[in-house]
Amino acid sequence: MNFVPFVKTRTRGKVNVSSVTLAHGGGGKAMKDLIDDVFLTAFGEHACEPLEDQARFDLAVFAAHGDRLAFTTDSFVVDPLFFPGGDIGKLAVCGTVNDLAVGGAVPMYLSCAVIIEEGVQIDLLRQVALSMARTASQAGGQIVTGDTKVVPRGACDKIFITTTGVGAIPASLALGVDKARAGDAVLVNGLLGDHGAAILCARGDMALETPIASDCACLHELIGAILAAAPGTRFIRDATRGGVATVLNEIADGSGVSIEIEEGMTPIREEVKAFCEVLGLDPLYLANEGKIVVIVPPDQAEAALAAMRRDPLGLDAARIGRITSDQDSRVMMRTSFGGHRMVDMLVGEQLPRIC
Amino acid sequence: MKYVDEFRDGEKARVLIGEIESLVSGMKLPEGRPLYLMEVCGGHTHSIFRYGLEGMLPKAIELVHGPGCPVCVLPMGRVDDCVAIAENPKVIFTTFGDAMRVPGSRKSLLQAKADGADVRMVYSPMDALQLARRNPAREVVFFGLGFETTMPSTALTILQAESEGIRNFSVFCNHITIVPTIKAILDSPGLQLDGFLGPGHVSMVIGTAPYEFIANFYRKPMVVAGFEPLDILQSIWMLLKQIAEGRVEVENQYARVVPSEGNNAALRAVAQVYELREFFEWRGLGSIDHSGVRLRDAYVHFDAERKFAIPNVRIADPKSCQCGEVLKGALKPWQCKVFGTSCTPETPLGALMVSSEGACAAYYQYGGQKRQAEVV
Repeated sequence: MNFVPFVKTRTRGKVNVSSVTLAHGGGGKAMKDLIDDVFLTAFGEHACEPLEDQARFDLAVFAAHGDRLAFTTDSFVVDPLFFPGGDIGKLAVCGTVNDLAVGGAVPMYLSCAVIIEEGVQIDLLRQVALSMARTASQAGGQIVTGDTKVVPRGACDKIFITTTGVGAIPASLALGVDKARAGDAVLVNGLLGDHGAAILCARGDMALETPIASDCACLHELIGAILAAAPGTRFIRDATRGGVATVLNEIADGSGVSIEIEEGMTPIREEVKAFCEVLGLDPLYLANEGKIVVIVPPDQAEAALAAMRRDPLGLDAARIGRITSDQDSRVMMRTSFGGHRMVDMLVGEQLPRIC
Repeated sequence: MKYVDEFRDGEKARVLIGEIESLVSGMKLPEGRPLYLMEVCGGHTHSIFRYGLEGMLPKAIELVHGPGCPVCVLPMGRVDDCVAIAENPKVIFTTFGDAMRVPGSRKSLLQAKADGADVRMVYSPMDALQLARRNPAREVVFFGLGFETTMPSTALTILQAESEGIRNFSVFCNHITIVPTIKAILDSPGLQLDGFLGPGHVSMVIGTAPYEFIANFYRKPMVVAGFEPLDILQSIWMLLKQIAEGRVEVENQYARVVPSEGNNAALRAVAQVYELREFFEWRGLGSIDHSGVRLRDAYVHFDAERKFAIPNVRIADPKSCQCGEVLKGALKPWQCKVFGTSCTPETPLGALMVSSEGACAAYYQYGGQKRQAEVV
């Protein structure tokens, strides 16, 4: 009798159609082929242990990096999927890596859940998966588990991605939104509002052409350098949706302090300023995907700035303001014109003004 | 930015503030109150708050934020009409962004969109016309809104649609005119205003001559002002100088943009397409004669008001709102009894809380809490 030899490694599936159909979400062979061909091919062998329902880790690996586990999740929806400076895949990895890194955590493992609209081109999905894998690898992390769902046409906008990340926080660190103190310096690592402006331009519905590219980037190395140079760092947060203005208000609220920033010291690209002028938007509220707000004690501000400026992602780092002793949890801006104005939380989304 | 940063120079501002202070100190002020100067235009209100100009001026000058935000003066009934048109499944309803949040009696356009209406934000009426070209099976309606600033672009879009024979495009016309509005404010009983900063963008179209009655008949000085902070400070200085010298004139600070005779091509398009309505309802100000325009009969096929069945119901403003008093300068936004409590930018009761050009929203965002604290 001939026996079929036992093969431990399973054969890889292959997608033979050009676009995603509901069958690719049906749990059968089509779905297995999609996962194998698109995602496992991109994410690599470490992710290819699909016979269990969860990724498994040796806790000692985490313990070697710190004494606390950091755990974060975020969903990414963006139109268009590809834009100058990035794409939804890069965004989904950078966003979660940064959410880990701003707490001082070393990013280690990521999950990736993808909701795909029926009809999406397989090649486009492949590009997104490859972009995720490339970005995760640059960040020193691994995508180790995931999920795919396919929904009927019109039930979602092409591709939605949720990434979850885990990392370990070194024992020496205790950053917190409640730790800002009067006199502390407020720093940012570069030009603000590029991502928000790039996305609005890339949508192409306002007939404005600008050379603005998204600042989408993983900031874990930059943050590592800041923490090494300024060990007293109080708090770091990435200024994504709602922009720097929102982060500053969160700090003012969380620490029960007020913040004064200087318009003249706040780095904003000329093109972004002009773009905002035309549309009546405020760059302080535009989203960023590669910018952080850093609160450090005043005597460590210069060291933190110098560390940022040594990193390619911090060349335009600037000290934009300080924490004041006023306890009303207000963010004020001293305008370059010499006046003062409040920088409040954004209400709803920014809508262009009529004239 | 070239041609912009020059008008945001802090050093020059300090010199101007110094000159304003010395003018004020040598002037005879009205008894028991500061000088009230009204900026008519919402764009000025926005700049005043954005650059913190109020805090830089001497206390003897108080700026009154006038009715020049077209989004803010939109009555609730007209928003209901917009929603009714937008909820027609055949319609793609297009609007400028900040009009989407204005509350109607049932919902705003933003809420109508969330409920399934096809409401889209555009940046110009030409974008709406482009949508009409691309969607021949749908009716594309543009929410025509604004003073003389935006009126010509809507008129030119209608003329363009006419020349192309496009028939699935129409305008829900809510354009309003500035002169009757200023007149209505000047006729308000007990009004205390010492001068006007005239609207720069509107004047770019209509010129400065239509304002002469303000100086000649009502004996109030006006300076047509640009929108950069130095423009506004210089205009305030020019107004004060008129008052100090006992002159009452219409002057043009914004001459680099505003020709005294206006823009003839724009005015021709406006005259060709629109005619005055007998009256038009304003939020907070009531009905003002000849303050709005509608499409002429020759363009009836582009008139959404006549193409669609709309409720056309007059809805009274919420009783607690004091928008009218604020618009006329009788109350500061923070003196309104619902400011910052039941009326906030998140849940606006009154329209002045909706657009960032609205005085209440501007106070709330750029300085309202401080004022509130002062009141408490």
